[in-house]
Amino acid sequence: MGHLRRSMLFVPSSNAAMLSNSFIYTPDAIMFDLEDSVSLREKDTARMLVYNALQHPLYQDIETIVRVNGLDSDFGRADVKAVVKAGVNVVRLAKTDSVQDVIDMEMVIAEAEIEFGRELGSTKMLAAIESAMGINNAVEIATGSSRLIGIALGAEDYVRDLRTQRTPEGTELLFARCSILQAARAAGIMAFDTVYSDANNEEGFLKEAEHIKSLGFDGKSLINPRQIEMIHNVFAPSQKEVDHAHAVIEAAAEAEEQGSGVVSLNGKMVDAPIIERARWTLERAKSGIKQ
Amino acid sequence: MHISQRSYAGTLESSDLLVEVAPCEGGHLEIDITSSVEKQFEAAIRRVVSATLDEMGVKAAAIVVNDKGALDCVIRARVQAAVMRASGIGSNDIIWGAV
Amino acid sequence: MNSKTIGDTKLNNLELKPFVGAHELTPHLLNREGKKSRKLFKTVQDAVRNSGLQDGMTISFHHSFRGGDKTLNMVMDIVAEMGLKNLTLASSSLSDVHTPLVGHIKNGVVSKIYTSGLRGELAEQISRGLLEEPIHIHSHGGRVHLVQSGELEIDVAFLGVSTSDEFGNANAVTGDSRCGSLGYAQIDAQYARHVIVLTEQVVPFPNQPASLAQDQVDSVVVVDQVGDASKIGGGATRMTSNPRELLIARKAAEVIEHSGYFKQDFSMQTGSGGASLAVTRFLEEKMVRNKISASFALGGITSTMVDLHEKGLIQTLLDVQSFDANAADSLARNPNHIEISANQYANPSSKGAVVDRLDVVILSALEIDTEYNVNVITGSDGVIRGASGGHSDTAASANLTIIVAPLVRGRIPTVVNSVLNTVTVGSQIDVLVTDHGIAVNPEREDIAEQLTQAGIPLMTIEQLQARAELLTGKPEPIAYHDNIVGYVRYRDGSVIDTIKQVKE
Repeated sequence: MGHLRRSMLFVPSSNAAMLSNSFIYTPDAIMFDLEDSVSLREKDTARMLVYNALQHPLYQDIETIVRVNGLDSDFGRADVKAVVKAGVNVVRLAKTDSVQDVIDMEMVIAEAEIEFGRELGSTKMLAAIESAMGINNAVEIATGSSRLIGIALGAEDYVRDLRTQRTPEGTELLFARCSILQAARAAGIMAFDTVYSDANNEEGFLKEAEHIKSLGFDGKSLINPRQIEMIHNVFAPSQKEVDHAHAVIEAAAEAEEQGSGVVSLNGKMVDAPIIERARWTLERAKSGIKQ
Repeated sequence: MHISQRSYAGTLESSDLLVEVAPCEGGHLEIDITSSVEKQFEAAIRRVVSATLDEMGVKAAAIVVNDKGALDCVIRARVQAAVMRASGIGSNDIIWGAV
Repeated sequence: MNSKTIGDTKLNNLELKPFVGAHELTPHLLNREGKKSRKLFKTVQDAVRNSGLQDGMTISFHHSFRGGDKTLNMVMDIVAEMGLKNLTLASSSLSDVHTPLVGHIKNGVVSKIYTSGLRGELAEQISRGLLEEPIHIHSHGGRVHLVQSGELEIDVAFLGVSTSDEFGNANAVTGDSRCGSLGYAQIDAQYARHVIVLTEQVVPFPNQPASLAQDQVDSVVVVDQVGDASKIGGGATRMTSNPRELLIARKAAEVIEHSGYFKQDFSMQTGSGGASLAVTRFLEEKMVRNKISASFALGGITSTMVDLHEKGLIQTLLDVQSFDANAADSLARNPNHIEISANQYANPSSKGAVVDRLDVVILSALEIDTEYNVNVITGSDGVIRGASGGHSDTAASANLTIIVAPLVRGRIPTVVNSVLNTVTVGSQIDVLVTDHGIAVNPEREDIAEQLTQAGIPLMTIEQLQARAELLTGKPEPIAYHDNIVGYVRYRDGSVIDTIKQVKE
């Protein structure tokens, strides 16, 4: 599975001040946006800001994602070149409607890796699905490239495509969310939920976060740094779960020491997936126990 | 790189800078810097601006910088973008080796 | 009537005078109609003339209206117009609204200044050598010590209040422009030779509460406006929504929680910056969760503290300055929201200063160096732009002194190798909380131990300084002229640092 991606902080890249200090927040990943949050007039300047920011020493310790413009626009290709050259960890494709979009993007990324001497395959991808067609093609998209670390839902465009509105209950997104989860899990990759855009509505955010966590999502895009702590807490294991995880890991270590191939805890057999889950629980617990 | 028109990049917001790049009649490099942190960092800003212009092969231009306490990476980005705009370079013609 | 006369008598070496008449000492009582209102003067000019104010004397003001003050400028204009010169100005503090002082200095009206701080145009000009005699920057507690020790002898105090009766019983919790606590003014009222109360409203005798008392006041003048209460707080005292300040505040609250000082009946004080104020909110959650209430909050009382007090989380509010209208009104209505004087607050030579009993204080810094010395008076360009305030008073006294500050402000590093000016010496600072990390003074191994055990990652202050430099680059050193434009007076009156004139 790799590492935690519970919180992906969204940073509009035409804002120099934000790019200059977003590393103080400690989300699991920082997502620089060159697409919808940047005006047409500033696409070129934002690209250079991200290009330079990605190379800053203080952004090397944190996973970086850049949402590039579509390859069908005047900007996409140059965006990909810039961010691959600068060493971005993940390229996020917006509005992925079919597997062809994934294949096309992979090609451009590979060309850039070769051009700029990056290890081939080192740049990962994240496909955002924002339309009815994309949801229908979710399974294909999720298996479209070995570079994909996950797929995400982009709700604003999706509900517009559906010709409805977002509601607090989120019923209109249920099918899309489940589709993304299904497709992601079948492909063995992560599933990410959409942005909660009412930045100051803590209660609303928490409700949505609990909902998507129980559905099975791995993480969520965030637009307000305050949401980082909140979502880490939603995903945090309880003290009980942490204690249990420790017990599992200890049992596994003991069994290894004794050279036994079978791990048991309290009379029950503990197999590899359970041990893996326990490690995952302890990883999530690093940022705090559930409060 | 040849500067053919006057162009701007950046803003006057805090932690940003506004860079103006224009052709220079005399065929040399003129860099004018105003900064909210002039006393402490004018020399450092000049170094970064000059180095960036040099990397991009700009030998003749009139550069005006109005800085509001931007970090080096932002200064570089704004100078690069302004130069590209001023030399009429489109997104797909960027010489990535020069930035 | 018995007309026995008594001659001069020497009794046990006492010089006693024979009785002359019933009103030798109280001639004012002979005026039956006017005796009650004898302190009332129609204009400030009349009151000034009556005070005997002359060239070269010392006048004082309080700063409880902060950015909304109207009294100082109004009185200075009048005093200037009356032709007075070479005055020593001893306002408890000064802010950017006091820019008109630049003109008064140029015209020779004011030639010496004592203040806790100054900002804006006035500060810039003084940094550039406007005043011939160096300015004296003192702490809030230190000012009281200077007054009590006789260095600062106030001839005439001009104290703006919202209501007063004709006898001088005055407060700022009733009437219109309510700034709340008159803690600083109380010192002037006690020690000045002549006290003039400027009030927006004269109310019936006896005015209660009497923050300034009738037996301290010489004259009372009605004026249009003493201050704009809506501007007391302004930007500095609003709860922040800036995510960076909230991040710092959250970290600071965690440090307090695990410091070993967070227990039932602890006491606290916060400064007036955005991050400092937000700490109180984050502490609230922890206090509720751990069922801990504070015995008192000191300062500098804000709406947030009033809120916690009214929720029962802080038992008493000890108020030397009300930071906003809510705090001022709370002082009026909450019996356990108590006004204290600057002497009771922080005077190092006081018989009882509340700071001595303080557990936790949160303060800010313009600069802090790798020895933990703090500068709150000059910016990174060497120009005066802050205030000593209660910084060194609380840092010297509190059990736990925490500095909260962003590691860099734009391109200006907060953590530096060496501060340009020292207001508070590093030995009094315990913890630095920045958005990039937390550092504990090596002198406080006990706190470092507690925090590490609680899983709070710590950095050294050298690491933080290196990180700041990595971000901003190394700043050019500031160039100064030789002449001194300011003395930074530590709370005991000694000179802890000098501020030199910056070169252009």
